[in-house]
Amino acid sequence: MYKMLLCQRYLRTRYIALASIISVTLGVATMIVVNSVMAGFGSEMRARIQGILSDIIVETRSMNGEFDPEGHMQRIRELVGKYISGVTATVEVHAILSYKSLGDYVPHPVNLVAIVPESKAEVGPLIDYLQSYHSQIENGREVPAERSRTEPLGWELTPAAMARRQEKAEYYRQTEKLRHQMRAQREKEEGNSSDPFAETSGEDGAAAESDEAPGQLQKGRLYVGVGLATYLSVDPETKESKTYNMIRPGDDVRITTYSAGTPAPKYFVATVVDTFKTGMSEYDSNLVYCNLEQLQEVRGMIRHNEDGTETRAFTSLQIKLKDYKDAPKVIEILRANFSAENFNVNTWEQRQGPLLAAVDVESSILNILLFLIITVAGFGILAIFFMIVVEKTRDIGILKALGASSSGVMSIFLTYGLLLGMVGAGAGVGVGLLFVYYINQIEKFITFATGREVFPEKIYYFKDIPTHVDPFTVCWVAFGAVMIAVLASVLPARRAAHLRPVQALRYE
Amino acid sequence: MSTTIMTSDNPLLRESIAMPVPHVAALAVQKAYRKGEHSVPVLHGVDISVRKAEFLSIIGQSGSGKSTLMHLIGLLDTPDVGEVQLEGQRIDDLPVRTRDELRNRVFGFVFQFYHLLPELSLMENVLTPLMIRHSIWNYWTRRREFQDRAKAMIDRVGLGHRLTHKPSELSGGEMQRAAIARALVAQPEILLADEPTGNLDAKTGREIIDLMARLNEREQLTIIMVTHDKSIAAEAHRTVRLCEGRIETLTDAA
Ligand SMILES: Nc1ncnc2c1ncn2[C@@H]1O[C@H](COP(=O)(O)OP(=O)(O)OP(=O)(O)O)[C@@H](O)[C@H]1O
Ligand SMILES: [Mg+2]
Repeated sequence: MYKMLLCQRYLRTRYIALASIISVTLGVATMIVVNSVMAGFGSEMRARIQGILSDIIVETRSMNGEFDPEGHMQRIRELVGKYISGVTATVEVHAILSYKSLGDYVPHPVNLVAIVPESKAEVGPLIDYLQSYHSQIENGREVPAERSRTEPLGWELTPAAMARRQEKAEYYRQTEKLRHQMRAQREKEEGNSSDPFAETSGEDGAAAESDEAPGQLQKGRLYVGVGLATYLSVDPETKESKTYNMIRPGDDVRITTYSAGTPAPKYFVATVVDTFKTGMSEYDSNLVYCNLEQLQEVRGMIRHNEDGTETRAFTSLQIKLKDYKDAPKVIEILRANFSAENFNVNTWEQRQGPLLAAVDVESSILNILLFLIITVAGFGILAIFFMIVVEKTRDIGILKALGASSSGVMSIFLTYGLLLGMVGAGAGVGVGLLFVYYINQIEKFITFATGREVFPEKIYYFKDIPTHVDPFTVCWVAFGAVMIAVLASVLPARRAAHLRPVQALRYE
Repeated sequence: MSTTIMTSDNPLLRESIAMPVPHVAALAVQKAYRKGEHSVPVLHGVDISVRKAEFLSIIGQSGSGKSTLMHLIGLLDTPDVGEVQLEGQRIDDLPVRTRDELRNRVFGFVFQFYHLLPELSLMENVLTPLMIRHSIWNYWTRRREFQDRAKAMIDRVGLGHRLTHKPSELSGGEMQRAAIARALVAQPEILLADEPTGNLDAKTGREIIDLMARLNEREQLTIIMVTHDKSIAAEAHRTVRLCEGRIETLTDAA
């Protein structure tokens, strides 16, 4: 009983000890904030990767792919139909996307994924990423979504983009007409019949192509990542960042890739139908979706059968599971049935293994470093406890003279350490959770106070800082901090316990 | 153990076979304090024994080793030579836990310098021996009874109006009385009082001595008291003088 009473009194009268637990509090709070933000980023990142890749991917080993996607999909449905909620066939190749800027072509290496929108929508939340389905902030104004979310994924332009395209086409037609007239006039004047520019202009980019049939879309249709479509620049004077749209829905771009079989360059002109933003710069600046038929055609992935029908090829099948927990079972079944010579069967995590492992390693190293901070706090407690034991030597002698046992005296200081640890860890958990809860307000305040954006959306792609509080981590951190406080009080407590009563009482 | 063999050699004990066994006794205790290489001898073989319900007072010059002797008897320190006995049993070499137990249950100690715990109120200070004796649960269930007991004891030493004061808010005499209340609340068999009236005026000192004498009479409390005050020493049944580390005179009062 006296142990509790004395602990409580020491806690109340020794503010220096409370100061020592501020470092525990700060350490715990930092660990919780950092872990929550990292977990937030991590889970957002995983969600996006999973959304883009789908749950399970069956890839052909050859870039030529395999024929008959319908047959394979049917086979998968027969094998693991009860686990899956969607499956789609795609062709994935490397390509170069070139768009015209200031009269020049600007090339970009991209990963081209050819999809069938209807079935792709079943395996991943592509609609969540396409910008025409979401309201956008443009120059500080909110522009309402152009499509309602009930509209199925397709390859058509929105009315606004269509109007822009037609307007542009009209403008080019007018300038072309004007040029034509001028040329005709010049020819008349000079009598020169051969003009080298006349021929080249025929196939020169969007202008000429839309000239033929004004406003009509190309056969190739694309969704382009925002990282490709826009260009962010920071004004060196005003420090204001400004976004330039290099590619807008309705524009035509050129896609260069290679054919199946013996690789040979192939290109096609395609109309950008929409832009998408996943929040993963990896995807937003590298990934381009196009319509499957077009790519199969361009790459020569169509086999004409003798009976007049045709069979197309695919390079991967994306599978969405009803419950991701079934993945190991499904993988096992699929691996057993699709020969490893021709097919690679993986979950999205296995595909992204190194990246996810890197993130895990990063977070555990950070945790170790942060835990060292708490250990430092532990040494603070150790020093202050020694001070308190020295200061309390006489009281310890009195307690022993009144019959308190060594273990009783020791437990006073251990309980004291425990209480300090609990107060420190509790306050730390409170501060940490509050910080995480209000992190976006705090971010805004810091931005306002320092005049520098702490978390620019344009760099991190997220409007808000994502956080994820894992109760297990919080408990673990709090427990660790309490343990350190207790361990730090063991030495001083032992010292106190081994004092002899008279020795202690003589301390006058 | 060899206690029986030793006691048979001891003249004081042989004598005590005829008399009733002393309640508490120090037999030929020697104590020296080590100061670097030097050894400062304080007690050179002190023999002292107190019967049950006896009131003994010890007088002696300052620095003669009175407090040291009290500490040895109260098991706060161990003698270099000699032994301390309780009811004929050697107690100074018992295991630490048993000695803790004895200090709590058998001895009540009033320190020369009061030694109250500064963080606790007077009431809590007085309750400390009971808190130490009982487990948390036990104490909690009987706390009303204990508090009443402590309150009654504090009233008896005349501090009923100071219950919630901290030691730093009490005068020297009040602290001394609080220390006496603390020593008595646990109902010890033996009270070791090191100058319990040192800081009290004649009237309050007298009251405290009367209280001790009453307890001695009614509750058969054995008392060993150190004092400088001749008139107070005279209250005791017997007075011994400690001089240069030896018991010098034996005066039977009254
Ligand atoms: N820890 C110690 N180290 C060295 N010498 C000590 C120690 N404690 C006590 N002494 C010495 O032992 C002697 C006896 O001390 P003690 O406190 O027993 O005297 P006392 O009789 O109680 O005196 P007073 O009447 O002043 O209280 C003193 O001379 C003191 O200097
Ligand atoms: Mg003394």
